[in-house]
Amino acid sequence: MNDERRHIIRLIVILMGLVFLVKLFFIQIIDENYKAAAENNIIHKEVDYPYRGLVYDRNKKLIVHNEPIFDLMVIPKEVRIPDTLAFCQLFDLTREELEAQLNKAKRYSYIQPSQFVKQISNEWFASIEDQLVDVRGFYPKARTIRGYDYENLGNVLGYIGEINQRQLNADTTNYYRSGDYLGITGLESSYEKTLRGKRGVRYKMVNVRGVDQGSFKDGKLDTLSVPGEDLVLSIDLELQRYAERLMEGKIGSVVAIEPSTGEILAFVSAPSYQPSVLSGREFSVNYRALTQDSLKPLFNRPLMAMYPPGSIFKIVQALIGLEEGVITAKEQVYCDNSLIGDHAPPGYYDVRKAIMFSSNNYFLKLFRRIINQNPELSQFEQAPIGLQNWSERMHRFGLGQPLGIDLPSEKSGQVPDPKLYNRIYGTGRWKVSNLSSLSIGQGETLLNPIQMANLAAIMANKGHYYIPHIVKEVGSTGYLDPKYKKKIDTGISAEHFPVVIQGMQDALSGTAGRAIIRDIEICGKTGTVQNPHGEDHSTFMAFAPREQPKIAISVYVENAGWGGRAAASISSLLIESYLRGEVTRQWLEDYVLKGDFAG
Amino acid sequence: MRGDSILDRIDWTVVLTYFAMIFMGWINIYAAVYDEELASDMFSLAYNPGKQLIWIATSIVLIIGVMSLDYKFFDSFAYIIYGAMIFLLIAVLLFGREVAGSTSWFQLGSFRFQPSEFTKFATALALAKYLGDIHTKMENVKTQLIAVAIMFVPMALIVLQGDTGSAMVFAAFAIVLFREGISPIYFIVGIGLVVLFVLTLLVSKTAIFIFSGVVCLVVIGASVKHPRRILVVVLVAFAIFSTVTSVDFLMKNVLKPHQRSRVISLINPDADPLGAGWNVTQSKIAIGSGGFFGKGFLEGTQTKFDFVPEQSTDFIFCTLGEEHGWLGSLVMIGLFVFLLIRISIIAERQKTRFARIYGYGVLSVIFFHFSVNIAMTIGLFPVIGIPLPFFSYGGSSLWSFTTLLFILLALDSKRMQVLTR
Repeated sequence: MNDERRHIIRLIVILMGLVFLVKLFFIQIIDENYKAAAENNIIHKEVDYPYRGLVYDRNKKLIVHNEPIFDLMVIPKEVRIPDTLAFCQLFDLTREELEAQLNKAKRYSYIQPSQFVKQISNEWFASIEDQLVDVRGFYPKARTIRGYDYENLGNVLGYIGEINQRQLNADTTNYYRSGDYLGITGLESSYEKTLRGKRGVRYKMVNVRGVDQGSFKDGKLDTLSVPGEDLVLSIDLELQRYAERLMEGKIGSVVAIEPSTGEILAFVSAPSYQPSVLSGREFSVNYRALTQDSLKPLFNRPLMAMYPPGSIFKIVQALIGLEEGVITAKEQVYCDNSLIGDHAPPGYYDVRKAIMFSSNNYFLKLFRRIINQNPELSQFEQAPIGLQNWSERMHRFGLGQPLGIDLPSEKSGQVPDPKLYNRIYGTGRWKVSNLSSLSIGQGETLLNPIQMANLAAIMANKGHYYIPHIVKEVGSTGYLDPKYKKKIDTGISAEHFPVVIQGMQDALSGTAGRAIIRDIEICGKTGTVQNPHGEDHSTFMAFAPREQPKIAISVYVENAGWGGRAAASISSLLIESYLRGEVTRQWLEDYVLKGDFAG
Repeated sequence: MRGDSILDRIDWTVVLTYFAMIFMGWINIYAAVYDEELASDMFSLAYNPGKQLIWIATSIVLIIGVMSLDYKFFDSFAYIIYGAMIFLLIAVLLFGREVAGSTSWFQLGSFRFQPSEFTKFATALALAKYLGDIHTKMENVKTQLIAVAIMFVPMALIVLQGDTGSAMVFAAFAIVLFREGISPIYFIVGIGLVVLFVLTLLVSKTAIFIFSGVVCLVVIGASVKHPRRILVVVLVAFAIFSTVTSVDFLMKNVLKPHQRSRVISLINPDADPLGAGWNVTQSKIAIGSGGFFGKGFLEGTQTKFDFVPEQSTDFIFCTLGEEHGWLGSLVMIGLFVFLLIRISIIAERQKTRFARIYGYGVLSVIFFHFSVNIAMTIGLFPVIGIPLPFFSYGGSSLWSFTTLLFILLALDSKRMQVLTR
């Protein structure tokens, strides 16, 4: 009577078998997690960190190298500390901190190593090594940090630091792991991919106790690390150091460019910081101090500071005027103080003389002609057309947009266009008289020091430039991004340059007498930028020698009065130093170093 | 008529299945402890595979012994064997050696012996003897109580030894009672209580109370005209209430801490991945990493590098799952299902109730071990340390399962004699 129950029993047996097979199907075939977990279980991945590329100056002087340090790693499972107190003293920890550190490591993994103390210098480690003999579970892991042979180029080189969560998320290539270091600013950041090299991985098999069981698959999957490529900078370290010295105690920037290549010879942001303070254990302390410094030493002025260009801007106006044909080189224009205040005496001015004496009235009249080229229209109608044309011309000089230098955070500066004034005054409600201050480099126009230096290079090249760049060659191949080899034309015919250049050369005797160097023909232009907040800014741009120029330079010194003093003197000394290899005018150097430009 | 030789009458299908399992078991024990550097010593008696070969050889001797006994021996001596085993269980409690928290072993020199293993076939025999008597009626409450007592006595003694896992096996004889006609109500109630227990661990008690309360009220409302039904519903409601409220008590006071954590880690394996969850997590990783075809013989990394504990005994399935994958698991599970069905067929063709009931006793024990062992390695059941029949390393367990199975084959081989008398 219960014979039918055998079927129920057999059914249960079969069902149990099926349940197992289905469950096994899920964990063995469908769910990939178990395979991954198995790999992680037995395979320790050991990262083989590559050497970061070195950095040299244009004369192959080593600037940045790698210094060995240690991270002390801990494997919680193996930890034995015979004397906790002594151990704590060794690393300057309290008992609670030690506990907290160990707990953190335990949470990460019992058997996998994690960082316990970071960045122990070689010397420090040597001094404590003996005391670690009885301690188990800790071992040093070699790493490197950046070391500096010269305490220069702070804002150019940048620093490296531990990757943060945001950067990790942004890393689409999946290269970085938590705890990795990468370039944060400067060259370290913009050339990160070149400098970092390629990480290698060694796979090791371990058992549950973390004991090494040899290499995985005979090392077939292991990859060797590839050291990062070295960088050869276009910077001339001697010129750079001299420039930094001259800028000591001042706020501003110096940018020197080799006009024929666009290579940056010197790049100073003053005040700056010593690159070594942002490398190593004291990073966070020093970094906080730097961010809190009211003089903003981390602010990369040549790229990020935006200044009204002042009178150096007049040479661009002259070139645009000539190219547009609204004026000729020979045309005499009578100028007095009727339109705008002026240092230049009343009289007849042509282009050369107007530049030489920096005549405000001449350039105001010229600017009006550039803007109002369509007399059949009303002034309100002409202004937007003229300004649009003008701002496009300006863009071709690399103004009002980032030049594309190989350093991060380059600002675009500002070149006004009709949109800006439509916003300020309303569409159709402004005319050239609203724009007057533009003509003399004041007002809404803002340039970066790098753009001013590039302007000097354009003058030296008579109408074209190469995008300024700070790395001359990459690695052993001497690679250089093709965009830095491309000649960029400003759209100004070469024929218009001689008269302007002549004006610049004459300007030295006009406004910048201190800049004159015997036997070197310097062409320059001073600028005194009106500063409503205090002392005027002193600015100067120049190139030299006049024939086959070797150096184009711009110097901007905040609150140092008029251009003929601080900026012109510094430019002149740097040009002399670069072209001659020595400075003969001790008095001028003293004058600059003293930093008192009142007289 | 076939010859009289026992070789002609033995059920060769089961014998072959048995040897297939023993062989697969040995292969996996070999793989579980395999170490390249020790490869040449693997047959040494210092290692499990070598020792297992001895257990296998002695098992064959045991088989010959069992098969040559007169069929009436088991019938006649059933109670005596059972009594002797109960005696041994008491003795081991008094004089046994404590191994891993349970005093379930006798130690004779270097030889260890676990009486609880052999109590399984003794209990199967006693149960068969008692229920096989033509005077016992399964419907009688007295019969039911005595049958349960036969199961309960060794169970209680083994629990006292601290070996809860082995003790639970005796509950599996419920399958025998089921086959012999006990009311299915017991099973429905039993399964209901287990489900309720697990539910209590998974969801909040309030939710269970509210849900079951609402259901009860609805049923009561729908059966106003049937007062008897209302009584049943009230009883069920009371049972639910008392079960749910007693779960905490059970968990805290009845289960030992390690048992409690095993139950908890089954429900939430990540709660303590390095502690209670470790075995199951590692076991699942080992099995799961096997994939469809497995990593190949001796290629299992998880088991080889000691991630899975007790991998040649209770967790032997990990090695198989890892090295032979789903396909290997299919073969193994297939063999078990095949064997169990075959045992059921053999049991059903017996002429005596004694032999049939014993057959289902064998099925119960093997089925319980198989289900619980596999279920725990793949995380479907709390970890209970019981071996996988014929696969796990160990003399006591192999001998006990061999004896259990071959007594049935011995009875089966003589079933025609019963008829001819």
